[in-house]
Amino acid sequence: MILVFAEQNNGNFKKATFEAIHYASKIAQSAGTQVCAVVLGEAANLSLLGNYGAQKVIHITDARLNNLEAKAYSKAISNIATQENAQYIIFSNNNTSKAVAPRVAARLKAGLVVGATSLPNAEGVVKKSVFAGKAFAFVKMNSAVKVISLTPNSFGIEATEATAEVISQSIDFAANDFAVKVENVNKVTGIVPLGEAELVVSGGRGLKGPENWGILENLATELGATLACSRPVADSHWRPHHEHVGQTGGTIRPNLYIAVGISGAIQHLAGVNSSKTIVVINKDAEAPFFKAADYGVLGDAFEIVPRLTEAFKKYKASHA
Amino acid sequence: MKILVCITKAPDTTTKVAFSDNDTKLNEAGIQWIINPYDEWYSLVRALELKEAGVASAVHMITVGKADAEPVIRKALALGGDEAVRIDADSNDSFFVATQIANYAKTNGYDLVLTGKESIDYHNASTGAMVAELLDLPYITHATKLDISGGVATVNREIEGGEETNSCALPLVVSCQKGMAEARIPNMRGIMAARTKPLNVVAASADEALTSIISYEMPIQKQGVKMIDENNMDELVKLLHEEAKVI
Repeated sequence: MILVFAEQNNGNFKKATFEAIHYASKIAQSAGTQVCAVVLGEAANLSLLGNYGAQKVIHITDARLNNLEAKAYSKAISNIATQENAQYIIFSNNNTSKAVAPRVAARLKAGLVVGATSLPNAEGVVKKSVFAGKAFAFVKMNSAVKVISLTPNSFGIEATEATAEVISQSIDFAANDFAVKVENVNKVTGIVPLGEAELVVSGGRGLKGPENWGILENLATELGATLACSRPVADSHWRPHHEHVGQTGGTIRPNLYIAVGISGAIQHLAGVNSSKTIVVINKDAEAPFFKAADYGVLGDAFEIVPRLTEAFKKYKASHA
Repeated sequence: MKILVCITKAPDTTTKVAFSDNDTKLNEAGIQWIINPYDEWYSLVRALELKEAGVASAVHMITVGKADAEPVIRKALALGGDEAVRIDADSNDSFFVATQIANYAKTNGYDLVLTGKESIDYHNASTGAMVAELLDLPYITHATKLDISGGVATVNREIEGGEETNSCALPLVVSCQKGMAEARIPNMRGIMAARTKPLNVVAASADEALTSIISYEMPIQKQGVKMIDENNMDELVKLLHEEAKVI
């Protein structure tokens, strides 16, 4: 069996979760086995996970699992992995899986690869990005059970009309499996998290100050893109630090990365150079970022960005 | 309250990585090793602040690495802390590293184990979670704020799509990121003091590595930039649609 953790929030699933299920289904095909998705906490309509390639869904309905509790999540997923005789356990690489996947791997003494960008080959070798995207490594998992955390946007999704069989099950938790108490939750809704965003608009020091972000916000809204920024911008508190991409911020791989007023220091390039297409807008012809770009526009961002927003608006109107 | 801070070395962020032995080994020639920034700026400095505030009684550091990790751990000692231990082994396998740390922590008894949210070389973000699992402790990741009072930790953490405030009784493992503390620079007194602070070297236990790196590959270089006239953004949009096919 190929097990996949189908993360949910109030019954909603993210695209990256469907991608992980689809990835699991490809492994299952070559291994001649099936996919079982694990859902933790209250949720409905789970048979639809079959659309992405799961034959079976095991649903642990315990309401205590509605919030992330690394210890309890790990116990639940490990127990089901053992019960289902899982060869692989698949996660989508994000803040949740970083709390859970390594615990599951340690519990099962399973080799773990975090941030895989390819399917495993027959020897259990997968490709992953290392040194913040400066290189790739091929990592072999030397254990019978293998755990992979997949980089979002690295594999793709295919959907069918198939549905999955849903089985409710309970787990015998101990009291100390829920030691972490959630005092307060503050969820931002409506914004695609940077790690999963397909379109990203990013600003650097060249924008001169936080009061000038309006032109980027307009562009991002027009495109349906997520905002990012360079390190000096986050360090100067012009923008919240969760928008910081680069070697010491987030590493992202969107389809389109538009960099405005960012010179392209090696640390910044490291975090974004896996993007499929890079557009650089900068007034300095010597900016190193142009060398890493697919398309470049030389000139004043304050004039070019609104023009680009208008051009997208026109494009959208003519393709509506 | 005793704190154990996990430290790893990482190549300086300006490093241009290269490989040797038919792309199977990282070419370490010319690499400047630094303390992994998340371990230094956030988890170590926060631990030192907790000691300065009288909340923690001792701050110990642990690293798993060969002798070439010593300058990095000495620098960590120059920032503060009481003593350090180096487990004498080199491994990129998170389970091996976590087992060494968990064994040491179990023997020496800590109330709080801190790690950075990830290392900037292999990005496994796994050591803290595995240490927590091996010690059967609760684990809070991506912490941006950490306070301790009456044996209970209050932690702000980044979750998928938002933020949470958690509380949890010690002992506990926490991974730290930006927001937790401000970077510090070691002063001369700290550097002098670090020379005489205990840095114990301990043999590694014979645990298995569950993963191994087979080879490396460099990313495909871009074909060269296509410059677009700044007055012709319609052209850029057209190329993004028809050529790049990203919109």
